[in-house]
Amino acid sequence: MTENQAIVLLIEDERQMRRFLRVALESEKYGVLEAETAADGLSQVATRNPDVVLLDLGLPDLDGLEVIEKLREWSAVPVIVISAREKEGDKIKALDRGADDYLTKPFGAGELLARIRVALRHASPKNQDQGEAVFVAADLRIDFLKRQVFCGTRKIHLTPIEYRLLTVLVKNAGKVMTHRHIIREVWGPLYVEQTHYVRVFMNQLRKKIETDSTRPRFLLNEPGIGYRFKE
Amino acid sequence: METKRPDPDKLLERAVSEEKRQRQGKMKIFFGAAPGVGKTFAMLGAAQKRREEGVDVVVGIVETHGRKETETLLDGLEILPPRTQHHRGRDIREFDIDAALARNPSLIIVDELAHANTSESRHKKRWQDVQELLCAGISVYTTVNVQHLESLNDIVRQITGVIVRETFPDSFLDRADEIELIDLSPDDLLQRLKEGKVYIPEQAQKAMENFFRKGNLIALRELALRRTAEQVDEQMETYRRDAGVRDIWPAAERILVCIGPNPRSIRLIRAARRMAAGMKTEWIAVHVEAPSHIKPSEEDLKILAEHMRLAESLGAQTVTLTGYKASEEILNYARQRNVSKIIVGKPTHPHWRDKLFGSPLDEIVRGSGDIEIYVITGDAAETTAKSSARPIPPQINAKEWFWCLGAVSICTAIAGFMFPYFDRTDIAMIYLLGIVITSTRTGRWPALAATLMSVAAFDFFFIPPYFTFAVNDIRFLVTFGVMFVVAYVITRLTLQIRELAEASRKRERSTAALYALSRELARERKKGRIFDIAVKHISEVFQSQIVILVLEEHGELTASETGVGTFAVDQKELGVARWVFDNRQSAGLGTDTLPGAKALYLPMIASSGVVGVVGVLPENTQKVFDLENIHFLESFVNQTGMAMERVILAKEANEERLKAEAQNVRNTFLSSVSHDLRSPLAVVAGAASTLLEKEASLDRPARLELLRTIHEETDRLERIIRNVLNLTRLESGAIGVKKEWQALEEIIGVVLNRISERLNECPLELKIPPSLPLIPFDTLLMEQVLSNLMENALRHTPTGTPIEIIVTPQKSAVMIEIADRGPGIPVNEEEVIFSKFTRGTNTRMGAGIGLSICRAIIEAHGGRIWAENRKGGGAVFKFIIPIEGTPPHMISEKELP
Repeated sequence: MTENQAIVLLIEDERQMRRFLRVALESEKYGVLEAETAADGLSQVATRNPDVVLLDLGLPDLDGLEVIEKLREWSAVPVIVISAREKEGDKIKALDRGADDYLTKPFGAGELLARIRVALRHASPKNQDQGEAVFVAADLRIDFLKRQVFCGTRKIHLTPIEYRLLTVLVKNAGKVMTHRHIIREVWGPLYVEQTHYVRVFMNQLRKKIETDSTRPRFLLNEPGIGYRFKE
Repeated sequence: METKRPDPDKLLERAVSEEKRQRQGKMKIFFGAAPGVGKTFAMLGAAQKRREEGVDVVVGIVETHGRKETETLLDGLEILPPRTQHHRGRDIREFDIDAALARNPSLIIVDELAHANTSESRHKKRWQDVQELLCAGISVYTTVNVQHLESLNDIVRQITGVIVRETFPDSFLDRADEIELIDLSPDDLLQRLKEGKVYIPEQAQKAMENFFRKGNLIALRELALRRTAEQVDEQMETYRRDAGVRDIWPAAERILVCIGPNPRSIRLIRAARRMAAGMKTEWIAVHVEAPSHIKPSEEDLKILAEHMRLAESLGAQTVTLTGYKASEEILNYARQRNVSKIIVGKPTHPHWRDKLFGSPLDEIVRGSGDIEIYVITGDAAETTAKSSARPIPPQINAKEWFWCLGAVSICTAIAGFMFPYFDRTDIAMIYLLGIVITSTRTGRWPALAATLMSVAAFDFFFIPPYFTFAVNDIRFLVTFGVMFVVAYVITRLTLQIRELAEASRKRERSTAALYALSRELARERKKGRIFDIAVKHISEVFQSQIVILVLEEHGELTASETGVGTFAVDQKELGVARWVFDNRQSAGLGTDTLPGAKALYLPMIASSGVVGVVGVLPENTQKVFDLENIHFLESFVNQTGMAMERVILAKEANEERLKAEAQNVRNTFLSSVSHDLRSPLAVVAGAASTLLEKEASLDRPARLELLRTIHEETDRLERIIRNVLNLTRLESGAIGVKKEWQALEEIIGVVLNRISERLNECPLELKIPPSLPLIPFDTLLMEQVLSNLMENALRHTPTGTPIEIIVTPQKSAVMIEIADRGPGIPVNEEEVIFSKFTRGTNTRMGAGIGLSICRAIIEAHGGRIWAENRKGGGAVFKFIIPIEGTPPHMISEKELP
């Protein structure tokens, strides 16, 4: 009886998609609930209390973005948006309105399961206090108390902005962070339109902590949306 | 003997008029010789019958004159409420044309065709209302008496002594589909009159003493019968023509009538019309703008325009000629048009004038050759009546008189100096010279005065006894006489030459103006510019303000936006313009239709129909356009219309071509895409069905191989679909390029991460300078360019050979190269591979769309993409992205909180 008994609610109108997701999820021992419409989905969130919601944006009865808004009025359940929409604007809107992550159709099962794990971990109560003093991913080590970053044994010197940028991403490791979100956290709300700040500093940061900055291992770019720290 | 063969023009004309008629309503006229014969009664009877047959009949207006029998016939018929107008202190019931058009019945009853409407009405005359109804496809039953016919007007006056003011053109009677003569013998009619069935008794008594005399009635009856017979004859002819009876084509006869501002002309016009109708030929009304009439008074011009309009309304073609000798011009024109008969008026001026200056009539008669000449008398009473209403305003021009006085004084002075040494004959010559010079500068009267003064001065100063007007030698009187006549003839000739030159200059100016307009219009391709040009030219030539109205998409006429020279069109004027548009006829100021409008409106007629309406507001509001001016304006307006039609047609043709092209592109694109989609689908379907059906018999490596194939092919499908979608979206403008200042390394990284698995097979060489500036581009689109080019390179380069990515900053641009060691690009296909539907000959699967989207994206960024073959084998794809605008400001960390 581990965390894998978590319950995933699929709000998706396409039967084939639900079938594939059910097989993929059940193979990982997740409990699966299905809803075909937004209304059904919302009522199942209220009555069945799922641990993660997989939400398709193109539902027959209600726009996915509105579902997120309604849901966020009374529930903090992690929501992963799955959408065939190419429009980056929709993904950013979904994230800004409270979705935790997104996946663009078509996607592989491995990718999906990884995202669900991240979402569950961030939602679990023991991570809420953020009390961990040291973060480790591969050979990257961050000591939050001493504000020090190591690559293997080599100590890396970061400017205050670079350090703040890194910690914001690391604390949300695995989750996509929009440009605006990052800027608000690092530079403050006055600078939200200056997205090039993130790009320039991210470039600098990559050169310092990545072995090959053009093929980054940790600091991944989500084109048009933002960045994600990959553990 | 002239050949009688069918005229192709006439055949065409008949076909056209036939077609027009089909769409128009039918008109039946109940024709009578006098009031009271029972026209209205017969008409209502016929209407009742039609109603019983189920026809939608409406009574537009009927005058029952209180006759009981007639009133009973109105029972059961729907009657349109008349428009009541307050006119000269009493209420007048008028036919409501708008209500009739709105009601749109199939048959309408409109009594008294010749009725003159009140000035507030749309048309001056009721027959014009009827004409509009017919055009709207409504059939009409109407009544009229013979005395109202335009061409019979003066005959009726001669017979009855009553001037009939309410007239209507013969051509309108001719277009009636049916004429029913309501005949009653004069005795019966008088009996009815006595019985009070026509008028109330006291009126009847008065009428019997005047109009309803038996002699009158007999004559009128004869006229009516004859007119009807003519009409029947014409119908018979039409029928025979329709039935293919060829024999009766009339010989090509043409009648020409010479008219002028003289009121006699009306008589000539009517006579010509009667003759033309009798002979069933066409006729032409000609006015010669002879130099002596070159400066006719405004009044004369107006009368002349009226005459021309009358002739036109009676079915004539009107022509204005210019020439020094009227007779010559007329004969030349007559020959040119194959005129067989010329009608001229009998001269009224004194005989000596003809003897002195030649008589145009004589000249015409002498020069006519085989053309027959008809000379018709004028009517003295009318002439005097009209001419008294025509004062000749003496035009006094101080400068001209000064010239006249000055010339005579100077001549006298010179003659004074010469007198002691020269003969008197030479002195006279000096005066003649002075007169010639004066007449080149002044008008008629100053020139004449100069002549008289010269003779007087010659007598006073140089003929003994000197300084008196007395003459010693009686022979000098002869000298004076000769001198005066010579001087007068010279003056006249000089003036005529001058005026003729002026007239031809005026013509030339008009022609040049029209030519200038058409030349400028021919160059234009835009509607707005055409309007501007038309407004400019027309307003200049006609000294008016112009507005051009065209039909908008929502079906309303709207004044087009043009620059200077236009005027605002209010709701009332817009109604006039609308009428013009719908009826394809000019209306407004100076015409018979809606003359109350402040401007004149002309339809812009092109070959496909009315394309708009031009409004003309004269700057001098007193000025009314005469017929010639209106014709000239029509030429301008139609030029504009044709130019506009040309633009519309060109636009349509272009659209059509684009549509066809787009369709072609779409078809090729679809077939190409469906091919690209089908091949991976076939692989997926095959592999999946093998797995499903043979699951038990397959070993694990085989199963894995099939699964991997499915996975890879779906990847490929996804890529193709993304490319197709982006390409169509980009081309349709559904997605715009969202340029932001980006780090190029970052986006290269994203692409490399995505294809990292496949990169294991080929080493990657990256050459990116360490301090690359931010570059403005759309991340997602650039990502697609890079991944397409990488896909392409991976697909073609053999396993183990390197793929190179080289980034080179240039001056305000950056160049990116992606090079492989594959087979390279076949010669001459370097460009073709970027087009949408081509795949390289050596199986570059799906690359067609991939590379064309690359080109579309790069070009949308203002850059350039091309392909080359590398030295040592392989292909290299290069593209340049310009760095435009100022890079965003970066604040250093120290400035931050």
